[in-house]
Amino acid sequence: MTAPSRLLDNLVHFGRALRAAGLPVGPGQVLRAVEAVEAVGLGDRRDFYWTLHAVFVTRRDQRELFDQAFHLFWRNPQILERMLDLLLPTVRAELQPQGPDLSRRVADAFGRPDAGESPRDAAEEVTIDATLTFSAEERLQTLDFEKMTAAEVAAAKQAIARMRLSLPEVRTRRSEPARAGRRADLRATLRRSLRTGGALVEIARRRPRTRHPPLVVLCDISGSMGQYSRMLLHFLHAVTNDRDRVHCFLFGTRLSNITRHLRTRDVDLALEKVGRTVQDWSGGTRIGQCLHEFNRVWSRRVLGQGALVLLITDGLDRDAAEGLSAEMERLHRSCRRLIWLNPLLRWEGFAPKASGVRAMLPHVDDFRPVHNLRSLSQLAAVLAPAGPRRAPGMERWLGDTARTEAA
Amino acid sequence: MPRALLSRALPGSVEETLALLQAGDYVADRALATALFLALKLNRPLFLEGEAGVGKTEVAKVLAGTLGRRLLRLQCYEGLDIASAVYEWNYPRQMIAIRLAEAAGDRDRAALEKDIFARDFLIERPVLQALEPRPEGPPVLLIDELDRADEPFEAFLLEVLSDWQVTVPELGTIRAEEPPLVILTSNRTREIHDALKRRCFYAWVDYPGAARELEILRRKAPGAPERLAAEVVGFVQALRRQDLFKLPGVAETLDWAQALVQLDKLELSPETINDTLGTLLKYQDDIARIQGSEAARILTQVRTELATARLGQEGA
Repeated sequence: MTAPSRLLDNLVHFGRALRAAGLPVGPGQVLRAVEAVEAVGLGDRRDFYWTLHAVFVTRRDQRELFDQAFHLFWRNPQILERMLDLLLPTVRAELQPQGPDLSRRVADAFGRPDAGESPRDAAEEVTIDATLTFSAEERLQTLDFEKMTAAEVAAAKQAIARMRLSLPEVRTRRSEPARAGRRADLRATLRRSLRTGGALVEIARRRPRTRHPPLVVLCDISGSMGQYSRMLLHFLHAVTNDRDRVHCFLFGTRLSNITRHLRTRDVDLALEKVGRTVQDWSGGTRIGQCLHEFNRVWSRRVLGQGALVLLITDGLDRDAAEGLSAEMERLHRSCRRLIWLNPLLRWEGFAPKASGVRAMLPHVDDFRPVHNLRSLSQLAAVLAPAGPRRAPGMERWLGDTARTEAA
Repeated sequence: MPRALLSRALPGSVEETLALLQAGDYVADRALATALFLALKLNRPLFLEGEAGVGKTEVAKVLAGTLGRRLLRLQCYEGLDIASAVYEWNYPRQMIAIRLAEAAGDRDRAALEKDIFARDFLIERPVLQALEPRPEGPPVLLIDELDRADEPFEAFLLEVLSDWQVTVPELGTIRAEEPPLVILTSNRTREIHDALKRRCFYAWVDYPGAARELEILRRKAPGAPERLAAEVVGFVQALRRQDLFKLPGVAETLDWAQALVQLDKLELSPETINDTLGTLLKYQDDIARIQGSEAARILTQVRTELATARLGQEGA
């Protein structure tokens, strides 16, 4: 009876490893995997692969991670035979990450911390790492993205992946049944009245349905934004996959639409695709030029239904703000609300002195910092109410612009 | 007899399609005519995309006019629902029917339900009307600016456009005996889903070249003097090469030419252009950019080009 229990052990570990790598694997799936493997038998490696695949993979873009994890975990060709009489540590010895093409997360999940540990420990350690104690989480919230260690970056990414952005709801012309709705639903009323043989009874009602407006994000990826743009991409990925009608653009010296790539569910695959598409990482910034292109080519297509625009940039422009003001004005007039997120705003003494910043400030509705997790999660609070178009605090910045202009 | 009432047979070739459009004063390029021919021949919808004002909607109107078919137009907007696109029950009539049944002492519930959800009580909106048989042949259904409707409506259209049928829960499925001629247009304010595009023939309607635009102007604004028409077309063509927020479409060219005719102009001048630029450009930034010296510069350039062309003609 020892043999099946070891298979069970190994499957449990494989399940944990997959979970650590980011696949949504629960105990139920492991049980199903055991059943499935028993049903199919251990005779053929290919069958074994597709059996586990059928159980653990539920979405197309999980395939790659599963494939890597599988080959890493069950690497030895004779493993199926040996599994019956070998102990776990030997299996673990096969698991040292090799080759550069291995997904970093899979490698992490398979006990990179220390070669002397069993895969069980390795997997657990990752889990512990992710569940931060309260104080650590608190610290993480206020830590500047620029000053994070690798572990903190990893934790921040997880926190970002859990983040949800609530947008103000706007009324649509469609309606839904509601008890206290203002409009009478004649069709439902008639149907209801027929139940009693034609006597008119209670009137069924409807109210307008609400829906969030589209969200358009324009994010600066020039050199000066370097450390932030990586975290921001994780944020953009989380937001894009959380809701429909989100469009993301990156700009440096050129404008690129990365919406399609970000729709890939797996964050690492998505960012890899983005990395391949976008050619101007960490170069200069030509904000005016890029906004011009956005206004000409994209604005009518993505801002059509009263979109909210998030503009993420430090406002440091290589072209000395040429034409920037006019393009900002155009952008501002084409959308519901324009919110500027600026990482430089974390400095106490930030003053709108750079010419780019001065050209842009008069045309935004809100101006806020974006340098740590807290500022990102506060965004939700800013966006949620459908209050005034221009945020109350804006006068201060506009006053500052005027003063520096005079000086 | 007015031409519109004359029912014609469908064109049998691309040439005939071109001729058909010509007969309706629509100067089409070959790409559009080919797509339209295919759509008519193979009973599939035609999907037209292009900037605003290039004449997408006009295709459907001309088609209905020249073929002598009825034109059913469905203007899309955000929140367009089945009740305004396909059908709606006639509630007041249904209620009266119920009261009458009551008054007559009729208490048979099943029969009553069957009666009041009959076809007589159905108000047909464009999509359902398009599936109805007609003596002159199936109608032209224009689904205009589909990009303004939201995704759920687009998904609903999939059933209509591939099977030519609509399901009314109380009545069952209504199927067209002969599919209507469907033309969909989009200004690309958002992308239309591939699933829908796959069911259609696709044509991108572009701004016309100078020769074709002049031809359109001659047909649609016959009152314009030849010299004025040539200058108007030259000027608009030059404007389309400028870096503007919204380039003028054919509709704007026609508006402008008609405005100039009304003002009794025989040729362009910088002042005339400045005064009437609003019929051509619809954004203040664009107007500010072109007005004044820029307009004068473009006009001089257009005149030079026209003069060289005329010299070339005389030489040849």
